[in-house]
Amino acid sequence: MANVPLAHYLALAAAMFSVGLAAVLVRRNALVVFMGVELMLNAANLTILAFSRTLGVQEGHVIAFFVIAVAAAEAAIGLAVMIAVFRSRKTINVDEVDALKY
Amino acid sequence: MMPVLAATLSEAWIFYPLAVLTLGGALAMLVSRNAVYAAMSLVLTFFGLAGLYVLLAAELIAALQIIVYAGAIMVLVLFVVMLLNLGEDDLEGPRLSFGSALGSLAALGLWCFLFVVFQGYTDGLPTDLPEGFGTVAGVGKLLYTQFLLPFEATSVLLLSAMVGAVVVAKAKI
Repeated sequence: MANVPLAHYLALAAAMFSVGLAAVLVRRNALVVFMGVELMLNAANLTILAFSRTLGVQEGHVIAFFVIAVAAAEAAIGLAVMIAVFRSRKTINVDEVDALKY
Repeated sequence: MMPVLAATLSEAWIFYPLAVLTLGGALAMLVSRNAVYAAMSLVLTFFGLAGLYVLLAAELIAALQIIVYAGAIMVLVLFVVMLLNLGEDDLEGPRLSFGSALGSLAALGLWCFLFVVFQGYTDGLPTDLPEGFGTVAGVGKLLYTQFLLPFEATSVLLLSAMVGAVVVAKAKI
């Protein structure tokens, strides 16, 4: 039986985190930047769960639960901010949204 | 000891297709110009992740992943994408600027660094786990005893986020 080493789970999580980081740094649509942040949170969750499975402790699952809850709160607030920004400036391009007071 | 899914099936036959699916969805999200396509690619990634969580014996988190991420958060994102109704000229063109090259390089460098750091963990996952590991009962017992205060704080956080979202997004109160 082929067993997958923990390093492969961690490498996959690292790759997902890097893709999320690239989305945050490179993309200019605020919605895609937001999706990149979500992807990074998920990559962190995957790392936590892989270690939790290896060590046989359930506390990692509790942390992943809290991460999901905080991500849900962040999604609601972030998307509300995006709607508010779009209402006043007619764009959500993060290169153009660069003034604190509009 | 309870039987683990990964021990009864060949783990690699499930892991690598799911890894390809997950990473492919993430990369499609990164390169797609249309935000709707990006969101749908991310849904694919979240489903692949849920499969990986099942492989890691995290049944509750896998269910939550599908319900909260693929169900609630991505639907919310799609709502906002369609609510904003960005036109054709708002799509990002393929622009290779110095900044985006630097950003991609930074992400690639981070992955290389993490890859080297993670190389030490060559062991396979253990095949025996404590009773009730990762089930609703097992995690729920922890949540309601040892982590009761953070759990209740999370409910307050969600309530305040809900009120805050309404206040921020509403034009006039």
